[in-house]
Amino acid sequence: MFLFGWRTTRVRPSLGETALHYPPRLSAREPKTMSLSLSARNVTHRFGGVRALDGVTMEVPAGGATALVGESGSGKTTLLRCFNRMVEPDGGIVSVDGADVAKQPAVALRRKLGYVPQHGGLLPHWSVLRNVGLVPSLLALPDPKAAAEVALELVGLAPGEFGPRFPHELSGGQRQRVALARALAARPGVILLDEPFGALDAITRADLQEAFDAVRRELSVTVLLVTHDLGEAARLADEITVMRAGRIEQSGPMRTLSDSPATEYVARLLARARSASARLVPA
Amino acid sequence: MNRVAGALALMAVVRGGSSAAAQGSPGTVRNEPSARPAVVVASKPFGESYLLCELFAQLLESRGISVERRPGLGSTEVAFGALRTNAIDVYPEYTGTGLLAILHESLTVAMAADPRLVYAHVSRQFAERYTARWLPPLGFQNTYAIAVTKKTAARYGLATLTDLARAGGQLTAGFTADFIGRPDGLVGLARVYGLHPRQVRPLAPAVKYQALAAGGVDVIDGYSTDGLLARYDLVALTDDRHFFPPYEAAALVGPRLARERPDAVAALALLSGRLDESRMRALNRRVEVDGEDVHTVAAAALGDLGLVTMRGAAPIATVAGGDRGVSGFPRYLWDRRGELAALTGRHLLLVGLALAAAVIVAVPLGLALERMRHAAEPAIGALGVLQTVPSIALLAFMIPLLGVGIAPALVALWLYALYPIARSTYSGVRDADPDSVEAAEALGMTARQRLLLVRLPLAAPVIMAGIRTSAVITVGAATLAAFIGAGGLGEPIVAGLALADTRMILSGALPAAALALLVDGALAQVERMVAPAHRRTHADRGAARPAPGATQVPS
Repeated sequence: MFLFGWRTTRVRPSLGETALHYPPRLSAREPKTMSLSLSARNVTHRFGGVRALDGVTMEVPAGGATALVGESGSGKTTLLRCFNRMVEPDGGIVSVDGADVAKQPAVALRRKLGYVPQHGGLLPHWSVLRNVGLVPSLLALPDPKAAAEVALELVGLAPGEFGPRFPHELSGGQRQRVALARALAARPGVILLDEPFGALDAITRADLQEAFDAVRRELSVTVLLVTHDLGEAARLADEITVMRAGRIEQSGPMRTLSDSPATEYVARLLARARSASARLVPA
Repeated sequence: MNRVAGALALMAVVRGGSSAAAQGSPGTVRNEPSARPAVVVASKPFGESYLLCELFAQLLESRGISVERRPGLGSTEVAFGALRTNAIDVYPEYTGTGLLAILHESLTVAMAADPRLVYAHVSRQFAERYTARWLPPLGFQNTYAIAVTKKTAARYGLATLTDLARAGGQLTAGFTADFIGRPDGLVGLARVYGLHPRQVRPLAPAVKYQALAAGGVDVIDGYSTDGLLARYDLVALTDDRHFFPPYEAAALVGPRLARERPDAVAALALLSGRLDESRMRALNRRVEVDGEDVHTVAAAALGDLGLVTMRGAAPIATVAGGDRGVSGFPRYLWDRRGELAALTGRHLLLVGLALAAAVIVAVPLGLALERMRHAAEPAIGALGVLQTVPSIALLAFMIPLLGVGIAPALVALWLYALYPIARSTYSGVRDADPDSVEAAEALGMTARQRLLLVRLPLAAPVIMAGIRTSAVITVGAATLAAFIGAGGLGEPIVAGLALADTRMILSGALPAAALALLVDGALAQVERMVAPAHRRTHADRGAARPAPGATQVPS
């Protein structure tokens, strides 16, 4: 249906044999994306009797990176999914680039927003290259294969080596890199990540965090990241929004949070994160 | 022993009716110079009916009338249903059966005393109600003979049906399914004599004598002209209250033949009054006990009666008696290889067409139901209910709509094949990897794209499993198609059951079993081809995967 009839073979720079390498600088030809702002105003949502979102208002400026931090059931994933209409909130207004998402066709909206779920969600019967080329081909872009190859290079996977593989032939970390590449391939203005590194071991997670940070600065894409790990939030985001029971406890840069936690819950969260990192420092 | 007989009986009842003459390629149209349509001659599934059918057919052929044979049609309902709708033109029937089982009337005292009154009544009623015509009786009666072994008779002191009713509570009965349900069968015996056996096992005509001889049952319903009553040395109990009506055999002619073919009717009438009871018993004995070919026996009988002049051909008694076991079975199969190959081809055709039509309907149905989940369980449930309709009943329902032959068989097989395919398709696409489906949605695939590009390929192995299940079931169910004249490997099975010929049954059953294995194996190959790429083995995928650097998209 799509991803057929790619006519050209892109000439790629030689990459050597390493599987992991830092993303290459984008050439001047590569289009820069217009990053988009996100906003939620007084958003409420219930699942049955449970109040998942209880009057949430927040904003991510174009090009900014915000992490939603909280425990399971805090409503952070529900809020994230309101932006691509995977959840239709009961009340309030959710906007992308100033436009109310409820007034846009869901399919077209989703193709504008990159998305990385926790377990990657790669289509198991498609090759890595076809997975990554998904959104470009849904958008009928001129050369989805080339877009897919560039995206693979961005996340540090050699397209020649990894492109023909199937998801089950990859490690967990490689799979999440591919999911990230897929989210980026069509150069969206926003990328939504739902616990993208949560299921990985510590070393792989650190590698991916590093790669992700580099890519995001390269592309200056707007980022909304859901995580339960405050350390990860501090590393990857400019702003941190702490959620609890469907409400926002505090929003601001990490420094503001640690200097003046707004609630006891935020203070406790910070203390726990500090003690975890303190144990890593040798006495 | 009981259990074996019961299992056999059950199989026989499920396999039900019968078909196909014991020789040649029955069911084929003989091309005669005349351009008129062939006369369809049929029978019910027991030996005497087969023989009379063959007598009718050869008699008509000797008069230059082309004939199509459809022997062994299910039960009374199937055969008469086919006659009413002109799907068949003539079959041998018995006046008592016409009165009680078709007209649903009861026997008057006057009729019980005079068989001619029964004939007069049924022929008038059939002409008025169905425009069907009873030709004058053939000359013999074949009434039910409730029979026990000599040993049982001595032990319980049985001579009459009144005696039997007294001892009934201690005895196990093995009756044909037809007899159990008929008003002139067990139902009436219970009413008139108060007969309530300890247990009633439904048995096929073919196995009831063996079941009785082996002690699996104590009492059976035989026919008074049966060759087997004598062979097994049984005691037929006297109907001391004159419960059974006279069962005079006659040719029952359908509306179209009666109206349009006076030549054929005149030819059939030549047999009227020519077959007395001792002659008929002797003929039945040759077929059922001596194992002679129906075709040969019929030809000899017509020759003896002077109705057909024997022109050199027709060797008498080609099959030795006593050689009906499984000895020399490979040779038996080899001698019939041409016929069996044709039947196998026909069988495959039935299965292939029914299965293809089921896939064409059930796979899209399963996909559509994934989009309308509230309708899914009711819709698939309805197909499931269809599975519970016994094949024999479903086939019988088809006859008024589609007559006999390949069309009703295909429709019935198609209906049976739908459920496993629709169920597996729906379950397969509904339960396809939720993470993948969710990601596909969040990245902007439409519902249709998710269904066709994600759910369907991921569900392919489950769907193929459903298709394989259907295919194996259909190979088995298609043996029943013979029962309504559609041919296939069921022909020797049902004919063998009717004629108590084990080798004939096996010559259909073994190829059918082999066919089921082959079809399943072939579909396993198809399953490998449609498996989603990541489920295939490396060797499979290597062929499908373009070389690195090729311009095609790896799939």
